[in-house]
Amino acid sequence: MAVVVYAESDNGQYKKSSFEAITYGKDLAKLLNISCIAVTIGSKGNENLGAFGADQHMHITGKMLATFNPQAYAKALSEIVTTNNGTVVIVSQTYNGKSLAPLVAIKQDAALVTGIVDMANTTNGFTVKKTTFSSKAIAHVSINQEKKVLTIIPNSYHTTKDSTDVEILEIDTQVTENDVNSLIVSTNKEIGKVPLTEAELVISGGRGLKGPENWHMVEDLADALGAATACSKPVSDMEWRPHSEHVGQTGITIKPNLYIAAGISGAIQHLAGVGSSKVICVINTDPEAPFFKAADYGIVGNALEVLPKLLQRVKELKN
Amino acid sequence: MKILVCVSVVPDTTTKITFSDQDTQFNKAGVQFILNPYDELALTRALELAEANAGSVTVITVGEADTDPIIRKALAMGATDAIRVDAAPKDGMYVAAQIAEQAKAGDYSLVFTGRESIDYNGGQVQGLVAEILGWPLINVVTTADITDKTLIASRDIDGGRETVSAVLPCVVSAQKDLCEPRIPNMRGIMQARTKPLNVVQATDKFDYTSVARYELPPTKSGVKMIDAENAAELIDILHNKEKLF
Ligand SMILES: Cc1cc2nc3c(=O)[nH]c(=O)nc-3n(C[C@H](O)[C@H](O)[C@H](O)COP(=O)(O)OP(=O)(O)OC[C@H]3O[C@@H](n4cnc5c(N)ncnc54)[C@H](O)[C@@H]3O)c2cc1C
Ligand SMILES: Nc1ncnc2c1ncn2[C@@H]1O[C@H](COP(=O)(O)O)[C@@H](O)[C@H]1O
Repeated sequence: MAVVVYAESDNGQYKKSSFEAITYGKDLAKLLNISCIAVTIGSKGNENLGAFGADQHMHITGKMLATFNPQAYAKALSEIVTTNNGTVVIVSQTYNGKSLAPLVAIKQDAALVTGIVDMANTTNGFTVKKTTFSSKAIAHVSINQEKKVLTIIPNSYHTTKDSTDVEILEIDTQVTENDVNSLIVSTNKEIGKVPLTEAELVISGGRGLKGPENWHMVEDLADALGAATACSKPVSDMEWRPHSEHVGQTGITIKPNLYIAAGISGAIQHLAGVGSSKVICVINTDPEAPFFKAADYGIVGNALEVLPKLLQRVKELKN
Repeated sequence: MKILVCVSVVPDTTTKITFSDQDTQFNKAGVQFILNPYDELALTRALELAEANAGSVTVITVGEADTDPIIRKALAMGATDAIRVDAAPKDGMYVAAQIAEQAKAGDYSLVFTGRESIDYNGGQVQGLVAEILGWPLINVVTTADITDKTLIASRDIDGGRETVSAVLPCVVSAQKDLCEPRIPNMRGIMQARTKPLNVVQATDKFDYTSVARYELPPTKSGVKMIDAENAAELIDILHNKEKLF
């Protein structure tokens, strides 16, 4: 029996969330007294996955596996799960992970729980914690099915690293055109920018920034810190910023280590997407702004004056 | 062309979430329910596609009788008819099994869902339905067009977007930006009253998970205020104390 972890990579680099997933898989495997197998499909990164806790690393390649396709990847992953008697499958909840996990669950007749934020409790049955009600609550979900597919929210679980090396077992899988009914026509990625969904530090702006002409203050601070940029819904609705930056209940949910909100009131729908960030800093002219109640640090002041001061100090520290 | 749109009925986005029965049940008292915002987008785009391709749109929900008024709203937006699978939605797997059953029976070319429900936040029903049916899935899309029995859609990926084509029948899930949700007009509301809302029995499948209890997320211990004049101090705290960079 084994815990099987899918480790996603992009351009020859593992995502940080893949390491979190492997550490999660290792810790869970220890609880269940079974082994932890890391699986890469199509491409892989440079690091040795043994260092993060994988007992084995299987790398699957084959004709239809060069780029992500949900059906092809699900077939490849599910075959590994079957041949290695996998009982739990761990997938990081990235965009690709969200498409992959349900397909594997059906193939394996496994229970599926998404949105997991903590290690499973195996003392009495098998229970996991998942976010619900758009991060306004956490559900303790009991799973009463032997096989399980679990997706873990990025930045919810720590990583550990040592110097263990494991060999990579190369596996050639027969996925054919007949298994796949969709294909990628084109891909469009912003190069060189930190994707918001993976960012550990996020600087975000709201309507209080007055207009797109002031956004360089958010971007400059983000660049200096190596952070990603985000915005509130009205800001993307007015097209001050691209839709892909909109966070909240109807936008992206993020969980960075740092979320700096400038000129954002902190409406309940906004908090639904950012409220579980580890450290929240709020800059707002209105001392009564609801966001201060959800913040760790607050500054009552004009964001257009405060942001440059923050940038100045970051530059001083970085030099 | 027949399109099946999956809609869930969820608490309004402003709802303060509380629980009853020793934190095992969501407390519905005083809560206003709405169509899941992403499902409104799925429905709107499905209606547009049906109009352009001489098709029809059926909405389906897995829910109890108290969801009927919200389903009528979907009919008022323009859906031809509705199916309600009469059961409490236990989890994503259970819901997907019910939907797949109806999709098989109804000869649909497209199943449209929302990206995720804002109450269960599974983001999983679409993938489960697709795989049960053996249809391709294009998840989290901001465009969706049909030409020659092929669906072309732009889906969100980490750090960008990707255009994907899939042969019909297939499953797609709606993301913000796909369209502006249609608002029912008076005529639609009148017509909705007499449109068919077929209540069907649930099949007994997939009872794999249950919620043991709920808890509210930990609250912040209180905000530390920093004077705007000394705003730079925030950076020192984040650097030295919080060690964030
Ligand atoms: C169904 C639904 C879904 C929604 N989903 C989302 C969502 O996903 N994400 C989201 O963000 N919102 C969402 N909203 C909207 C949400 O309710 C709020 O309207 C929105 O978050 C407000 O954005 P804002 O804080 O940028 O603007 P405002 O509410 O206008 O707040 C601006 C803030 O900036 C402050 N301010 C003004 N000038 C300055 C200055 N110079 N310096 C510093 N501070 C200043 C003001 O005091 C105020 O607090 C949703 C609403 C609904 C109904
Ligand atoms: N009870 C339900 N009845 C019908 N469709 C549903 C139901 N629950 C979820 N869905 C659909 O599946 C999508 C994803 O839901 P979820 O997996 O719960 O996040 C939603 O946007 C709906 O389109």
